[in-house]
Amino acid sequence: MHDKQVRRRRAVLALLVVVSLILLTAYFGEADGGPLHSVQRGIVTVLSPIQKGASTVLTPVRDIAGFFSSTFHAKAQVAQLRTRVEKLTQQVAGLKGAEIQNTQLTALVKLDNDVGINSYRPVAAHVIGSDPSLWYDQITVDAGSDQGVQDQQPVIGEDGLVGEVTDVTPGASVVSLITDHTVEVSAEVEDGVGNVGVLQPMVGNPNELVLSDLPTQANIQQSQEVVTSGFRSGKLESLYPPNIPIGVVSNANQVTLSSAGTVQVSPAVDLRTLTVVQILTKPHAGTTSASTVP
Amino acid sequence: MNVPTSFVIRLVALAFIAVVIQVAAVSQISIFGVSADLSPLVVMSVGLLAGSTIGAVTGFGMGLLVDMLLVQTLGVTSLLYIAIGYWSGRLRELRDPAHELVPLGLGAAATALAGIGMALIQFLLGVDAPVSFLLLQQILLTVLVNSLIALPVYAVVRRALNPALPDDPRRRRRRRYTTGGLSPLKRPSEGLGGSVRSVSR
Repeated sequence: MHDKQVRRRRAVLALLVVVSLILLTAYFGEADGGPLHSVQRGIVTVLSPIQKGASTVLTPVRDIAGFFSSTFHAKAQVAQLRTRVEKLTQQVAGLKGAEIQNTQLTALVKLDNDVGINSYRPVAAHVIGSDPSLWYDQITVDAGSDQGVQDQQPVIGEDGLVGEVTDVTPGASVVSLITDHTVEVSAEVEDGVGNVGVLQPMVGNPNELVLSDLPTQANIQQSQEVVTSGFRSGKLESLYPPNIPIGVVSNANQVTLSSAGTVQVSPAVDLRTLTVVQILTKPHAGTTSASTVP
Repeated sequence: MNVPTSFVIRLVALAFIAVVIQVAAVSQISIFGVSADLSPLVVMSVGLLAGSTIGAVTGFGMGLLVDMLLVQTLGVTSLLYIAIGYWSGRLRELRDPAHELVPLGLGAAATALAGIGMALIQFLLGVDAPVSFLLLQQILLTVLVNSLIALPVYAVVRRALNPALPDDPRRRRRRRYTTGGLSPLKRPSEGLGGSVRSVSR
């Protein structure tokens, strides 16, 4: 009797492990339109209204916990923000002159001045789910193909770039954040020269990104803004429109810059506490003349 | 082992609610820069209360639901949670730990296994970006945060499942031992009353 129980227990365990391994291998090997992906999308479609309801019901709990959590962080941020305000005040003074010049130049080259965020036809969406692991860094939002959302569309938050859409169902979409290891963004440093590099995450550190492939002789300083470059070269085009804020240079070690061509960037958006995002459903709405050519 | 239908219903409801709450709310609450992860704690609690087979099956189911809802590679989380559920159940079957702080220690171990295991599987599947040392710190912080909530989560799971838990000879033995072989509804004096009276006469 005891032996039978032991055998049954081991058989169940072996069966579960084998099924998991088969699922893992099959899912990893199949294309995006494969049967397992389709089943997964179907389940997300069915469960997303429940998830949306739960997210709405649990908003007060999340807000209260978020309040206490952000209060702890507030003290640490005060000194950091004061330093940043001083630097930004200096920059604003310099930029006022540049703004006047820009207006004149825009009029001169008849640049399409309407290419703002609104021209990218943004769709607002609430965050209804987040990945608890430290690896995937994905969120689920309550806007899908019914609202005009498609794969690979850029997603922005209140302060800047959030990520890109990687899976779409009729009522919900999965967004891979810029801290996900599969996401790379072509980015430009606002250093007067406009040095362009590739932004990658530092896996395991949601508050740090790495801007690599920069020219080794670039003169990049801490606190300089980093925005999307939105390049266009022939048929090859960046997923992201130009000039969307990404963050600021948090560490510009000159030795690392000259040897490896990398600097560290702190994202502008707090990706752990996102509640509302905007999906740019027409990311290439800008005219050719408005796009940046590298 | 016969598993009552009421227990299965409670278990499925508990697992579903736990995953939805985790994904819709708990993941978005940052404590010390990380989020708590209820799922491994629930699997651990089920294993500790119901044994290795039910623990492993619950782990598989909850892992699959997490992977489905988050559109992740299917089978990764299941594989980790099977181990958590099975070993929590085995601990109960082999040692039958009665100390109140066992869920705390086991919760920490389950979270560490989930964090480190996920890292290992991700490395095996391929990571296309530099990896920060902060990942280890984040895993440790998640273990710490999960340890803090392990006891309340265990209490909630026990409260939800206890009325329908399958009958287990070990639990029956322990109940008999702690109550001296008497029904807890009877007073000891009632059981011995007759003989005591007859002796006094």
